[in-house]
Amino acid sequence: MLRRRVIPVVLLDGYSVVKTIQFNIRRNLGNPITVARIYNTRDVDELILLDIDASKEGRCIDLHTIEEVALECFMPLTVGGGLKTCEDIENVLKKGADKVVLNTAALKNPDIVKKSSLAFGSQCIVVSIDVKKNRDGYGIFSHSGYKTHKDLIEWCKELACLGAGEFLINSVDLDGKMAGYDYGLIEKVAKVVNIPVIACGGASKPDNCSKAIHRGACAVAAASMFHFTEYTPNDCKKAMKTANIPVR
Amino acid sequence: MLTIIDLGLGNINSVHRALKYLKIEHLISNSVEDISRAQKLIFPGVGSFAEASRRLYSSGIAAAIKECVLEKCVPILGICLGMQLLAGSGEEGGVSQGLGLINACVRKLRSEGQGFHLPHIGWNDISFKEQGVFSGIQNRTCFYFVHSYEMILNESDMIKCAVCNYGVDFIAAVKKDNIVGVQFHPEKSREPGLKLLKNFVEGAD
Repeated sequence: MLRRRVIPVVLLDGYSVVKTIQFNIRRNLGNPITVARIYNTRDVDELILLDIDASKEGRCIDLHTIEEVALECFMPLTVGGGLKTCEDIENVLKKGADKVVLNTAALKNPDIVKKSSLAFGSQCIVVSIDVKKNRDGYGIFSHSGYKTHKDLIEWCKELACLGAGEFLINSVDLDGKMAGYDYGLIEKVAKVVNIPVIACGGASKPDNCSKAIHRGACAVAAASMFHFTEYTPNDCKKAMKTANIPVR
Repeated sequence: MLTIIDLGLGNINSVHRALKYLKIEHLISNSVEDISRAQKLIFPGVGSFAEASRRLYSSGIAAAIKECVLEKCVPILGICLGMQLLAGSGEEGGVSQGLGLINACVRKLRSEGQGFHLPHIGWNDISFKEQGVFSGIQNRTCFYFVHSYEMILNESDMIKCAVCNYGVDFIAAVKKDNIVGVQFHPEKSREPGLKLLKNFVEGAD
């Protein structure tokens, strides 16, 4: 039976690990390679490494960092930040990434999702969608400042048709708030697409993970919970197991 | 020399790092000459079947692999797309030709019709006999999978050596003479995966 994954997220601002609150206030948490090694020894299911300033600054995530993180990391590594072209994607895959995350590039140029999924396979292409509540429900937000008026559900369906392999759904409102995931949001997306949804944004305790899975997520991701509380990915898995969710 | 076949489609570095960690000498190459001289081959793959097929045949690598494996009996381990490419044909990205080392075709995972998400991504347990590349690994161990297609055999089920369930039972590993293929990623499956790679290199049979 397929196990549900618990995925720590490591955010970078170029070379350091940072943690944001509502995508804004930041704390510096040190060296990404050290942080990644800790997760590696904790036997996590997968690791997501995202450079949140890359798109805004018109560059790609640092290849050397990926290489260093990947060095002794015999688990899936998902990498994103400023990737725009198939060449960018090939570069990070060569450094040891297994999957890539597209966000701004997909918004600006949806064709990259199609091109990259044809070249590298859908399973390789994770599209990250940053979602912010607005008067009409949910709106799409881009950290790089790119403005879009796409409808969340239409955008998800379009991405699925273009060949996206997974969705990383982030709640901007709950980011770093540690008040639980936006379960309504997860359910809304999971209902309309037939590709895996990774819930992200707001987790503060292991029970949040079980709840997100029950509402349709295939995997749960978190940063603050693992950085700022004593909970580890294994604690989340224990809680999930108690809730009859299959975990590794 | 153990040679990793590089079609320029990613994932090469993961296998390279795993072998380096295991202190196993190897070469990564896209050259027909190197592949022809190999004593063992690892054929990893991330990418789409059609694109890989195009690269295999336009580069002459397909012929070099077939000669090695069929005439010189060089052991080969296909990983994920590399396993799928051992089959005669694949449907991903339009029907295209595989290596035909195993009489099989590669189709969309039947799980789709069962209401299961595709791709099949994540850790899933497999059933196998603890022998060959699975020596010393406990039955029902979890390995890491990332794929949307599965191998369907047109020949004896005897070569099926591990199965995995994702709505349907699909082939997780095949073994036919000197040819081994695994649908999962041993290089991404922590200790059990590293053990499997070690078993292959050490020629566990």
